[in-house]
Amino acid sequence: MSSDVRFTDFKSDKQPTWCPGCGDFGTMNGMMKALAETGNDPDNTFVVAGIGCSGKIGTYMRSYALHGVHGRALPVGTGVKLARPDVEVMVAGGDGDGYSIGAGHFVHAVRRNVDMTYVVMDNRIYGLTKGQASPTSRSDFETSTTPEGPKQPPVNPHALALASGASFIAQSFSSDALRHQEIIQEAIEHDGFGFVNVYSPCVTFNDVDTYDYFRDSLVDLEETDHDRHDYDDAKEVILDADKEYQGVIYQDENSVPYAEQHGIGADMSDIPDGAPEDATDLVREFY
Amino acid sequence: MVADFNWAIGGEAGDGIDSTGKIFAQALSRSGRHVFTSKDFASRIRGGYTAYKVRTSVDRVQSVVDRLDVLIALTPRTIEENLPELHEDSVIIYDGERTTMQNAEIPEEMIGLDVPLKRLAEEAGGAIMRNVVALGAACEVTDFPIENLDSALEKRFKDKGQKLVENNQEAARAGQSYVAEEFDHEFDYELETTDNDYVLLNGDEAIGMGAIAAGCRFYSGYPITPATDVMEYLTGRIERYGGHVVQAEDELSAINMALGAARGGARSMTATSGPGIDLMTETFGLVATSETPLVICNVMRSGPSTGMPTKQEQGDLNGMLYGGHGEIPRFVLAPTTIDECFWKTVEAFNLAEKYQTPVYLTADLSLAVTEQTYEPDAFDMDAVEVDRGFLVDEETIGDHQTDAEQFKPHEITDDGISPRAFPGTSGGAHMSTGLEHDELGRRTEEQDMRVEQVDKRNRKVETAEEREDWNPREFGDPEADALVVSWGSNEGALIEALEILEADGIDVRVISVPYIFPRPDLTEDVQAAEETIVVECNATGQFADLVEHDVLERVERINKYTGVRFKADELARDIKETLEA
Repeated sequence: MSSDVRFTDFKSDKQPTWCPGCGDFGTMNGMMKALAETGNDPDNTFVVAGIGCSGKIGTYMRSYALHGVHGRALPVGTGVKLARPDVEVMVAGGDGDGYSIGAGHFVHAVRRNVDMTYVVMDNRIYGLTKGQASPTSRSDFETSTTPEGPKQPPVNPHALALASGASFIAQSFSSDALRHQEIIQEAIEHDGFGFVNVYSPCVTFNDVDTYDYFRDSLVDLEETDHDRHDYDDAKEVILDADKEYQGVIYQDENSVPYAEQHGIGADMSDIPDGAPEDATDLVREFY
Repeated sequence: MVADFNWAIGGEAGDGIDSTGKIFAQALSRSGRHVFTSKDFASRIRGGYTAYKVRTSVDRVQSVVDRLDVLIALTPRTIEENLPELHEDSVIIYDGERTTMQNAEIPEEMIGLDVPLKRLAEEAGGAIMRNVVALGAACEVTDFPIENLDSALEKRFKDKGQKLVENNQEAARAGQSYVAEEFDHEFDYELETTDNDYVLLNGDEAIGMGAIAAGCRFYSGYPITPATDVMEYLTGRIERYGGHVVQAEDELSAINMALGAARGGARSMTATSGPGIDLMTETFGLVATSETPLVICNVMRSGPSTGMPTKQEQGDLNGMLYGGHGEIPRFVLAPTTIDECFWKTVEAFNLAEKYQTPVYLTADLSLAVTEQTYEPDAFDMDAVEVDRGFLVDEETIGDHQTDAEQFKPHEITDDGISPRAFPGTSGGAHMSTGLEHDELGRRTEEQDMRVEQVDKRNRKVETAEEREDWNPREFGDPEADALVVSWGSNEGALIEALEILEADGIDVRVISVPYIFPRPDLTEDVQAAEETIVVECNATGQFADLVEHDVLERVERINKYTGVRFKADELARDIKETLEA
């Protein structure tokens, strides 16, 4: 790790193909700034992403990265982090990637509490497939596949996380650059699984969950008497159907990351040229 | 045929059949006798019929045969199920006081020993030891020194306290004395002991041990019969070497975790069975396209769908060869014996890293759950070599960067193998992706680069065909007119079938192939033979199809898909019939 890393060092030379005005620009900038600010550099950082607009993030950032299959980014991140505790692991995905096809993995990643950061770029729409309902779309949101709206309640990712035993739950807004960066930084610094749902508006297909909508409706928890360490406070914020929040909603003060729980922490890339010295003992066990 | 002895214990699942059988197998192994075990089990936790069979000889045994000499029957069904294998000198040990056995019919021509197993066990300290009483009785019948059983009981129960060990030893002696005192029959069996030193293990355990020996540090899997033994073996052992096992939420997660760990630089593996392979196939293509070294172990069982989860089949060969969309370079290794399960696992890790590609390592159920004795030297740890392939570090990475100092993880090379940099290597930051990409790993749909990358990946297979040793294993008479080709666990039964056929004056050459892809060229061998028969446990002859495809010649086929492995005498009969047809 070098101390003179600038956030631009995390930028690749590929120009993003996101639509002009896409919320993902702000989401990614905040991630890069937060990584630099927390003392990481591209060569000790691993970014994992799945499919969709969010999945392109590994292309536009410079780091070790894997752009995988739809919905499976969290298991990949888990593998990287457990094998390489010395590497900073950040997983990015979209609302479809994380709460639809990958919902099963989300629940288990949350309860496993591996020390990595999960950023969901939530625009409440499927953008790259040109505008279908996502798991976080409003129940009356009209799209090509839901002409009268999905007629089912949206997934509440924060509630899902809290119910699964999350140790860090946060919400940010990609357009509020400073707060977004601060919140990602807190997630990185958290000992355990740092989950941040980011409102990252789709300017092409979603004319309901817009920049203006979030700007007008978001309540910053920093400006309230919310206690992030209080489970009941977190529950109240998460289940509040009338307001949208940004900030750290919940943080378990006693979070023990997976590796510590399981007593692991070796660099697994380092192995000897032959069988381990005492491997003959393994054979003798079968005597 | 070797002078051998066949023993079994059978009852309902939940009767402790498995652990009792294992104790007897270990006692035999520790007495310096060769052992080969097989299991009949159903996919249920309690009830149903289940049996553990042990074949033993002072000579090597590597198959099951149609013969049963001593049977411990806990249920009448055990006798019915095994009737075809019982003969007039067979001894059946049973507890006539057991409610379920009161109506059991012991065939008149056989020797039935009614031993009050439960009552004797209670006197020794608990009814739960009734199977051990039966083992003691079996010792008396076979003139097998009971001290060997003592030693196996000690190994089994020492963690639970000396008192329990002693109670069990006492229970065994009660069974032994009862038979000695109550029956004046002269038994023909005598299990002599030797000074030989053997280990006893199954194929799944050998795969797990091979993984640790090869430096595997990360394993993620989801429990599934018959692959779970691999995971259970690694759990509690891999940690000693700084590794870790994760029980994932599903197979999709398991393979993706293993992929992540491999990208981090760990030697990484997952194991599953057919249905799990189907789920993993989604990520299989990503593993290949991102050029990630990964060992995927498929312990085959009867399919399709959930098929017969506890039964033998070699039906996934086509799936492993062709599964996945698009065209995917891969290796498929199929060990044929338990010691080869160990060595092929080591080889799988080396191939995966040398060629940066997924490797299927496949065993069939019979190979995976069967235990067999080996000299400890069969698993010589000093002979294990680890080849991590084309790695670059901070000093050498400069040779594989662009002018702008960007690392080329998919550099176009003559042998198709590109440099590999672990995270943390300065100057190595790069993206891997399932999208088609250029040398830097950046997405491309440019036509020339697409062709170059596809060719580069496929060239790895050509390189491996040139550099690696894909020789098959060979047995029997090399000059024989009849050639039998096989893969997987059929090898043992074939070797013993050779001896039976030889006694009948029929010479056969056997080629057993542990490499499915790439595989050895059998053209000359098939052309030299008057007749070629391919033996396998599936209905359509998947390996036979490959042989025909390779050599452009029709072959005969022997296919068994009952869910039960080939027996040596059965196979000899089938081969003879095919040759005479």
